[in-house]
Amino acid sequence: MTAPQTLFDKVWNAHIVRPQTAETPGVIYIDLHLIHEVTSPQAFTQLREKGLKVRRPDLTLATMDHSTPTTPRNELGIIPVLDPVAANQLNQLEKNCAEFGIPLFKLGSENQGIVHIIGPEQGLTQPGMTIVCGDSHTSTHGAFGALAFGIGTSEVAHVLATQCLIQNRPKTCAVRVDGTLRPGVTAKDIILGIIAKYGTGGGTGYVFEYMGSAIRALSMEERMTICNMSIEGGARAGMIAPDDTTINYIAGRPFAPQGEAWERAVAYWRTLPTDEGAVFDHEMTLNADELVPMITYGTNPGMGIPIDKPVPTFDDMPDAGSRQELDKALKYMELEPGKPLLGHKIDMVFIGSCTNGRISDLRQAANFLKGRKIADNVRVMVVPGSQRVRAQAEKEGLDKIFKEAGAEWREAGCSACLAMNDDKVPPGKYAVSTSNRNFVGRQGPGARTFLASPLTAAASAVTGKVTDPRTMLS
Amino acid sequence: MEPVKTFAGKAVALPIDNIDTDQVIPAKYLKVTDKSGLGEGLFSVWRYNEDGSPNPDFVLNRPECAGATILVAGRNFGSGSSREHAPWALQDYGFKAVIAPSFADIFRGNALKIGLLPIAVDEEVYHQLVSMCEEDPSTTITIDLPNQKIVLEGNQEIGFNIDPFAKHCLMEGVDQLGFLLKEKDNVLSFEAKNPSRINTLAPAANARIY
Ligand code: SF4
Repeated sequence: MTAPQTLFDKVWNAHIVRPQTAETPGVIYIDLHLIHEVTSPQAFTQLREKGLKVRRPDLTLATMDHSTPTTPRNELGIIPVLDPVAANQLNQLEKNCAEFGIPLFKLGSENQGIVHIIGPEQGLTQPGMTIVCGDSHTSTHGAFGALAFGIGTSEVAHVLATQCLIQNRPKTCAVRVDGTLRPGVTAKDIILGIIAKYGTGGGTGYVFEYMGSAIRALSMEERMTICNMSIEGGARAGMIAPDDTTINYIAGRPFAPQGEAWERAVAYWRTLPTDEGAVFDHEMTLNADELVPMITYGTNPGMGIPIDKPVPTFDDMPDAGSRQELDKALKYMELEPGKPLLGHKIDMVFIGSCTNGRISDLRQAANFLKGRKIADNVRVMVVPGSQRVRAQAEKEGLDKIFKEAGAEWREAGCSACLAMNDDKVPPGKYAVSTSNRNFVGRQGPGARTFLASPLTAAASAVTGKVTDPRTMLS
Repeated sequence: MEPVKTFAGKAVALPIDNIDTDQVIPAKYLKVTDKSGLGEGLFSVWRYNEDGSPNPDFVLNRPECAGATILVAGRNFGSGSSREHAPWALQDYGFKAVIAPSFADIFRGNALKIGLLPIAVDEEVYHQLVSMCEEDPSTTITIDLPNQKIVLEGNQEIGFNIDPFAKHCLMEGVDQLGFLLKEKDNVLSFEAKNPSRINTLAPAANARIY
């Protein structure tokens, strides 16, 4: 009998092309390589310089998302790219894809969207696969029981040329979340809670496996929100064992296996969950029963607090390094230690990103905003994660709810999550954002970000202040 | 890639924890399609005033720190985005090594691939290096990759660990891609045993989405 294995062990072992030795690293095979305009051009240049081809265009898919505008289409149905530098980058991606035979979801086309939204949406993201992309939030795809992680541009070239990556085996960490979420508390609060508890470096060197009753109870899209932010906890990848929720989500999607192949795939997926007695290198825990909506006050995602608690004081910090970091963060945010965040005036709300830009996120926000108006002092941007999400939301009339409430309904893309286009939080202004990073200047130079769930974002949009959504639930 | 062996250089300290890659190089510099000139965007939020003039208070702008090739920074350096533009920018600016108590995984991997040396040291050594740089900005440090040690003025030696394969590639100046390309036979036999799970060129069927 073989020793009990974790989900990670099973996926890793099934992809070893060359085992790791003391002198040489291992080589693993990649089942799906996603690319986008920002981190791929220099990789294609490298291929050209070396006279190499893309080895498996049929395992590669490109989309446009990071530097794309989310402004309305013109009379020809085209989304104009006014920034010439961004336009050049997008053209370059199109040229590269044409030259190397890679399928591309072009800006504005029916399948285009954020790279981590489109993989699952198309049924390309499946349990047991290895998935990489030149983007750290590739961890999102781990929600399906895939091993998925972000890579740099040199590695993008490696995968394009060989469909393989040089990798040393990471360590494993079980992240156990038991209990039941109370009304108004969401998946986003779970992951913000974990990162606040263990810090942004807590998962460095590990692959997380999220488990426990609270995780099992989540929908696929909620699981993606959690795995998405694994990287914010320092882990390159986060995984969740596949179950009926996973299988039902994939069934019938465009690239999902069909007929007999489907039956075989499902039978295989059922073998993937971690065996009883399998050992992890490390463990973390969170109690879902005690969790309340979370929000960040500082300039990294680990600087989070329960929304009804005050901003920490210097005495709360364990060492000089963290006291200095807190000081720097609070100066940037213009916040005072020990003061509540609740009721703090805000200027913007961003609902979108690969963390919370899926249909269930939009439904949740729209459901809250229905029949309500957003505060006069607040600009609210709703940016669907993909064109498919956008179309579905329009079919359900969510766009109307957003517009009637006073929010902007925009084209799909990364948008104000990283502010590479014109979707920015103005200098010195405060935003409640459903995205994943509150770094200095992330949402625009001088922008101040409070990360929170779509529900907290919607509630804050209505009041114009940081608001606990639980106080407004009917 | 230029081979990396032993080099000495001026060190500069940026004693801040969790410096993320958005700080190393903000998104507005990522619209390029090549790597050249990224050094200009390095630490731009700290380095420049709003009007684009250099911020005289920022350590890299101090005349006595000009020409530094070794950066000493706080814990969890390079967290956040996977952008390889971060090590590219550090290298383009002139840095050859970053010394910190710890690094984010993706940053460390990216840096090693382009010949920028990430060196992890324990907290105590880190604090010593920071005070050294702050007290005497002309301090030079020698990094001896073959023997895996940092040599300080006065001949204090501090050992460091590095993945043996990464070390080999750095010292020979070889690209890791070459290693992978030699794996072709193993890849072919892997593919023969493991048929692809998907085909991005052909959807299985145009079925429902929601
Ligand atoms: S939405 Fe934000 S985090 Fe996600 S891929 Fe785009 S820029 Fe990155």
